[in-house]
Amino acid sequence: MSSVLAADAAPDTSPGGFSLRQYAICLKGIVWREGLRFLHQRERFVSALVRPLVWLFIFAAGFRQVLGVSIIPPYETYILYEVYITPGLMLLIQLFNGMQSSLSMVYDREMGNMRTLLVSPLPRWFLLSSKLVAGMAVSLPQVYTFLAIAWFWEIEPPPIGYIAVLPALVLTGLMLGALGMLISSVSKQLENFAGAMNFVIFPMFFASSALYPLWRVKEGSPLLYYVCQCNPFTHAVELVRFALYGEINWVSLAVVAGCTALFMVGAILAYDPARGLLARRGEAGGAA
Amino acid sequence: MLLGLNGAGKSTLFSLITRLYAVRRGRIRIFGHDVGRAASEALRLIGVVFQPRTLDLDLSVMQNLTYHAALHGIGKREGRKRAAEVLARIALAERANDKVRTLSGGQMRRVEIARALLHRPRLLVLDEPTVGLDIKSRADMLAYVRRLVRDDGVSVLWATHLIDEVSDADDVIVLHRGRVLAHGSVPDTVQAAGAQDIHGAFTRLTQAAEAASEGA
Repeated sequence: MSSVLAADAAPDTSPGGFSLRQYAICLKGIVWREGLRFLHQRERFVSALVRPLVWLFIFAAGFRQVLGVSIIPPYETYILYEVYITPGLMLLIQLFNGMQSSLSMVYDREMGNMRTLLVSPLPRWFLLSSKLVAGMAVSLPQVYTFLAIAWFWEIEPPPIGYIAVLPALVLTGLMLGALGMLISSVSKQLENFAGAMNFVIFPMFFASSALYPLWRVKEGSPLLYYVCQCNPFTHAVELVRFALYGEINWVSLAVVAGCTALFMVGAILAYDPARGLLARRGEAGGAA
Repeated sequence: MLLGLNGAGKSTLFSLITRLYAVRRGRIRIFGHDVGRAASEALRLIGVVFQPRTLDLDLSVMQNLTYHAALHGIGKREGRKRAAEVLARIALAERANDKVRTLSGGQMRRVEIARALLHRPRLLVLDEPTVGLDIKSRADMLAYVRRLVRDDGVSVLWATHLIDEVSDADDVIVLHRGRVLAHGSVPDTVQAAGAQDIHGAFTRLTQAAEAASEGA
């Protein structure tokens, strides 16, 4: 077939490659579009905020008396339960955001928008990474809006924490986005949001240090304690928790950075036409 | 013209050309660039119009076009300039700031063609671009693309199952179940098949292929 369709026109001799400026333009374009789409989905923003606020206002208030939190780093005094779960709720926003943008990739792929992205002549790893950066960038204003509301609820980390937490959120946002992208390429079952909730969001969120300190988990179930220890979401929560008080949790930083790299490489490979699952799925689906 | 029934492999071929699937056997070269090995160089020479609509419905026409320009490393100012040019050519300049959702099907298709031309490709590939359009929009679109070929020297690969879209001056490829049954100018193809017109030639070729595969 190749011989039949080979263009018999003059071969192209224009200089190849792209300049750094063109890479920057492309990245900017992808982030800009993601931002525009986010602005158009106002209900997404509202539900992204309502979710953690329900946890904070209702769940945490109800549990305040049940669950005493002793002094554990990075906290230097006794803290309210609300204060304890705030980092977990920030990560909950990012977790939902990551899953949502990965599901929008599935949706995009069906709608063809993913196709428009992937036929760009820039390298595919760059396009997918840009898409991740865009998804992460969209999560940041959501998290900060939540923090601003939480401030009125007397969750007042030191001012430096608001700045120190930014790089942590960038990293955790990338990690969760990459995880979502990987899942979207691998699994057909998770194409509806209920599936993602049951199999990814709930287990990750509950089997972590988001809602309860791990030493308390250990008292109840040593096995669950080890599961929580291995959950990257635990480390994302701890990274943000420490950063919010101007400290660095090095173990968590290493785990989150490692997982981010791992998930990103995985997602890029999964979307590689030669190796990835996209090709296999395409064959199975029989694109006519 | 790439002619084939549903299931002939037209869309699969598009996915292969545009690197959505990897090529297993054989090679695809675009003006000398192998899609597998020099994908970037090949892709920047192609403008693609996919069969399903691929515009962002909630963004404006101009935003859709500048996004595409950015994907090709074309900056905002240059992107807007080129978008204004292509929009003027498809007579949609006054709709630039409207949301795509408010356009008609034919207008959306025209915007998609405009978008595919934004980075000035040498080859425009269209996968059943007239599906779902009324007769007039179909005729307009064909005329517009033929003008592009004549006036701008753009090569076009137009996939369709609508035989009346083929004119005598075209080169035609008949594709059936992943196999090329005929390739050449329309008169040659008609003659080789021993038919009266391209319609008859297409029917004969595909029926003969069906019979051969059933006999085998």
